[in-house]
Amino acid sequence: MEAKPIATVAEFHDPNAVLAAARAVRERGYTEFDCYTPYPVHGLDRAMGIRRTILPYISFAGGLTGLASALLLQWWTGGFDYKLNIGGKPFFAIQFSVPVDFELTVLICAFFTLFGLLHLCRLPTWWHPLQDDPSFRRATDDTFVVAIFASDPRYTTSGTQELLRSVGGTNVHVHTASQEDQQAVTVD
Amino acid sequence: MATTVAHHVQHAGLRQEREPLVLGEPTLHDITAKIASIAEEKPSPKYLLALSFTAAIAAWGVGCILYTILTGIGVWGLNNPIGWGWDITNFVFWIGIGHAGTLISAILFLFRQKWRTAINRSAEAMTIFAVICAGLFPLIHVGRIWFAYWLIPYPNQMQMWTNFRSPLEWDVFAVSTYLTVSLIFWFLGMVPDLATLRDVVKNKLAKRLYGLFSLGWSGSMRHWHHYEMAYLILAGLSTPLVLSVHSVVSLDFTAGILPGWHTTIFPPYFVAGAIFSGFAMVMTLLVIAREVLDLKEYITLKHLENMNKIILATGMMVGYAYAMEFFIAQYSGNPYESFVFINRATGDYAWAYWTMVLCNVVSPQVFWFKKLRRNVPLMFIVSILVNIGMWFERFTIIATSLHHDFLPASWGYYTPTWVEVSIFAGTFGIFLTLFLLFAKYIPVIAIAEVKAILPTAQPHHHATHTAMHAHVEHSHGS
Repeated sequence: MEAKPIATVAEFHDPNAVLAAARAVRERGYTEFDCYTPYPVHGLDRAMGIRRTILPYISFAGGLTGLASALLLQWWTGGFDYKLNIGGKPFFAIQFSVPVDFELTVLICAFFTLFGLLHLCRLPTWWHPLQDDPSFRRATDDTFVVAIFASDPRYTTSGTQELLRSVGGTNVHVHTASQEDQQAVTVD
Repeated sequence: MATTVAHHVQHAGLRQEREPLVLGEPTLHDITAKIASIAEEKPSPKYLLALSFTAAIAAWGVGCILYTILTGIGVWGLNNPIGWGWDITNFVFWIGIGHAGTLISAILFLFRQKWRTAINRSAEAMTIFAVICAGLFPLIHVGRIWFAYWLIPYPNQMQMWTNFRSPLEWDVFAVSTYLTVSLIFWFLGMVPDLATLRDVVKNKLAKRLYGLFSLGWSGSMRHWHHYEMAYLILAGLSTPLVLSVHSVVSLDFTAGILPGWHTTIFPPYFVAGAIFSGFAMVMTLLVIAREVLDLKEYITLKHLENMNKIILATGMMVGYAYAMEFFIAQYSGNPYESFVFINRATGDYAWAYWTMVLCNVVSPQVFWFKKLRRNVPLMFIVSILVNIGMWFERFTIIATSLHHDFLPASWGYYTPTWVEVSIFAGTFGIFLTLFLLFAKYIPVIAIAEVKAILPTAQPHHHATHTAMHAHVEHSHGS
């Protein structure tokens, strides 16, 4: 049985080169590709055509949830369920609720941001289609890696390789599934 | 590597006037290798010796905490006018220490201060360890620590709720939120670096552990895109949070009617003091860390000098607050208020007051001079003095206000017992033990962030505009 290709992988060693490569790959009509970089490269997300993240809306929802629950908590406990006269102070007032309102807004917002991020990145994960690829492994160190996945409709073994070579990619190679991961390959 | 000669020359032309943030022009791999080597090398005998020393102090402190819990807080020197002594002093002290970490990681991030990248990881670690130490004190001070969960509002068979009109309850929310959000921020910032270590370390167990905590991070640009936004949002959240935490801590005092506590200057005064003391602690730790871990190329004199400038600025703010609080006390015409401040400077605790002034206001003045700002032994001494001074500030506020209040009949004096001193020393043991473990096994410098600020790290929109176009055109033609 011939090994199934997962992706064509190319290495770059310069942020300018990977930026140009991403732009070229996108302009050729590829959609299922990704760049793996040791640090966020400015402008690379735009060059790849990534749409603006929706994370701020998730965080905002978290903030509103926190604020609402803080108000509800303080009003319901002190102003409704257990009215206790302490020095004649009001059972509930916006003024004294401000510190807890603020803290819970921040707390719940931070949780939404964390879990929103993990959800958007589909993390944590135990497995990555390219995890055995030596180039891919160097992406957290000093190499900029561009991978075009075989699931892309425009993917061809030779054409994709040629494209990546023409934009300056080095060590261009096809990554194939090892025996253990002969399963459907998806890209998030 | 990306450092082609052409890039370098162009860049040097652009940034001539600025001192580089990383010395010695390391490549991306050099940075990885440097930080990974700290985690990979076998712990040196010196390290183990230091670790066992701090762990022993921590153990002694924990023993004294257990003794306090089993016997009751009668083993402390607290008495009737003075119900808050070293414990609450230490609580405010440690919380304040933590604030510099958040300031460096969040506020300097929002202000795009690139120099923060070398020091933010260790400053954030310091925040978390300091808040852990701080949280211990109110918990043991409640006496019956097994009821500490009563501080949290939860439905219970007593059908009672917590009192949200009390600043002490606000403190519960402020400190626990601060710890949680700082942990999230710290951890999230670390995920890409843990992934880097996962991919380079040889040790099987270490690889597994770094792999577990890096959550499967791949460096995908699609992830970085969300990640940068998350980091920005958390920085935006932490900035008001850090200002709120010490403000809420100060409300513990201001909401009381005690002269010396009941003033409106407290929230900003406490926040400035917190940043001041926190920076001093970061300085103490970094001066040691850059020597011991050989990080002088990453934590440069420029970083230290910048921190000294902040120490000078916040020290002046604190000095201004001392003067203003003294002035207002006299100007208010309130005899009790006026008395408390005269008593601070001339009474039983005058030695504490003047120690505070000397350490906090006088000692940072040396940083007006560039030569002294870049003198490592001197800044180490000043940072220790500031730590001492800031501890005495909290002690002065708490003890002198309590020991002479409205009625001379209830006046008293307070000295700590060996148990309180031991617990305070013990928290230093806990703090330093955690910090040593961190410095060895967790990427002590934000690897990805430092890589991103190297002169050649980002595509040059101006310098190599034409070169980039050539690339694109080339790809069009192919």
